[in-house]
Amino acid sequence: MSIIVDKNTKVVVQGITGKEGSFHALQCKNYGTKVVAGVTPGKGGQEVEGIPVFNTVREAVEETGANCSLIFVPAPFAPDAIVEALDSGISVVVCITEGIPAHDMVKVKDYLKKNYPESILIGPNCPGIITPGEAKVGIMPGHIFRKGRVGIVSRSGTLTYEAAYQLTRVGLGQSTAVGIGGDPVHGLSHREVIEMFNEDPETEAILLIGEIGGTEEEEAAEYIDRYVDKPVFAYIAGITAPPGKRMGHAGAIITGGKGTAKAKMEALKEAGVYVIENPAFIGETVARTLGVLEASQEKRTCEAD
Amino acid sequence: MKLHEHQAKEILAKYGLPVPEGRVAFSLKEAVEVAEELGEFPLVVKAQVHCGGRGKAGGVKIVKDMEELKEAVEGLLGTVLKTFQCPEGKPVNRVWIEKATAIDKEYYLGITLDRSSEKHVLIASASGGMEIEEVAKEDPTAIITEVIDPVVGLMPYQLRRVAFNIGLPVKEFVNIGMKLYRIYEELDASLVEINPLVTDKNGGIVLLDAKIDVDDNALFRHKDMEEIEDKSQLDPLEVEANKYGLNYIKLKGNVGCMVNGAGLAMTTMDIIKLAGGEPANFLDVGGGANVEQISNAFRILTADKDVKAVFVNIFGGILRCDRLAQGLIEAVRNVKADIPIVVRMEGTNVEEGKRMLKESGLNFVSADDMWDGAKKVVELAGRYE
Repeated sequence: MSIIVDKNTKVVVQGITGKEGSFHALQCKNYGTKVVAGVTPGKGGQEVEGIPVFNTVREAVEETGANCSLIFVPAPFAPDAIVEALDSGISVVVCITEGIPAHDMVKVKDYLKKNYPESILIGPNCPGIITPGEAKVGIMPGHIFRKGRVGIVSRSGTLTYEAAYQLTRVGLGQSTAVGIGGDPVHGLSHREVIEMFNEDPETEAILLIGEIGGTEEEEAAEYIDRYVDKPVFAYIAGITAPPGKRMGHAGAIITGGKGTAKAKMEALKEAGVYVIENPAFIGETVARTLGVLEASQEKRTCEAD
Repeated sequence: MKLHEHQAKEILAKYGLPVPEGRVAFSLKEAVEVAEELGEFPLVVKAQVHCGGRGKAGGVKIVKDMEELKEAVEGLLGTVLKTFQCPEGKPVNRVWIEKATAIDKEYYLGITLDRSSEKHVLIASASGGMEIEEVAKEDPTAIITEVIDPVVGLMPYQLRRVAFNIGLPVKEFVNIGMKLYRIYEELDASLVEINPLVTDKNGGIVLLDAKIDVDDNALFRHKDMEEIEDKSQLDPLEVEANKYGLNYIKLKGNVGCMVNGAGLAMTTMDIIKLAGGEPANFLDVGGGANVEQISNAFRILTADKDVKAVFVNIFGGILRCDRLAQGLIEAVRNVKADIPIVVRMEGTNVEEGKRMLKESGLNFVSADDMWDGAKKVVELAGRYE
């Protein structure tokens, strides 16, 4: 088990004939992901890296049985691509594209919620999702991940790689790592991914990587407090970020005193989450804490015997 | 992207909304012409800067005659206005001059994106004139929120509900609210804010101040907006960085940082602080990070004279570290920088990259991980300060 994607996931790459699309389609394929189709309107019948290209997502789904889409379409056309994927029966849409207008995403998200409440959107403006050893549906470097038992959910790209790499180096690895994206309106939230990790038997601990802006981390904290018994760790980026300045991601901004790193850390701590202050020690902290937890559990079992 | 008050009011006027009659002036001569055209006193002279709290900082002046007007305009144009919201100040290169309004009551009206509901919302309050965040803190019940459905849009009944609730002339308010929402939609705005919206002594509504922010991601379909942006309100290095697709924000410290990816860039700032230093900037060269970007980034970074040492933190992944090292070496040679540069990189060919930096004869220091790098760069920056 893992969440959302695994070895049976069949991926169609929208925007496969572009520079990014063709490069990453191949990277995903080489990782072992079943990349079964590509879509670029007007280029149906061609092949990219041995992957058949179709004019529409519907054709790709009908011909290849694709059930997951990976989108590299430029921002002005990406909302169209997301909706096309949903309307064609794709149940997991991963949108890498950065720079989609917020007004467009409000409409797309509303459409998704009303018409396809069971479908999943990841991103936009995200690195994608990876279940190590099974499927990589995104732009992350596959080699830094290793099959393991920590589920990662994160709003950022390279910071996810940093955290994943640290977990890999301490020998823990990841069950699945999900980059939910840095835009104000996006698909899966921290809370929704944590809910999935909580129900996934292969995930033994959860690592939440948040950043300033919005209230998603606080909402996740509320959920964790009520429903999650697995150990949860968190790091929040942006404790030194000045208010009113957008820190790269459209969603990473402190406005009206809301969305500070401090407030998020406090909410998480109150929910019993292990909040990691030094981002260089994410791997070590998780490993050490899990070790201690396991030792105390063993002790308890012994005493019960 | 932020619009000036005068740009926002010009847009509102174009949609037939009730704003005080006024004009913008870039010089004293133009200001006098505007005053003559408006043909009456008192007038209000308002400094045009991208920061709130102008009134308290002396950026808004009521003038009774031409002499006072000249004095007010001369006292504002060419100065740097510092307000509590931006203590570093913004240059005043234009003023807005409008007819004074006899205010009866002040209200707040705004349309913005609510991230929690993932929908646009209209916010109104009978406590106008003050910061809406302050109102929210002191008396949350004083704020009325109407969630806007993305398909049907803002409906007149929602505006009627607001008008009845806070006591505004219903028909007039509905007309104004619908037009403001149209502007919000058509401009891809992230904020349209009227604070205050006032009733005058005749009971009519006047939009006394106006703020419009346009979503940067939507500028590709609003080229006209991009053209009217007043770049003097931004940090010149930030403007320069934007040209190259770099995300740069100047901060107060002396440790420059160059990172790929926004989240990791923020994290790098945080870890510099943890190591006892102060970051000089936020700089994201993009998740992919290519050699050209790094070269441009390095030039912008070292143009900041406060920077005493640089921390390069690149999690390459797919990017090869030997190519990254080559790019860094070229960049440093081009800029002729002699400040110490601590480099932490991950990716393929790390060892080769490190060897190249070492053999370059330049002022590079290799770091094994983020914490090692942060400690080293803070120590070096302190030494050169």
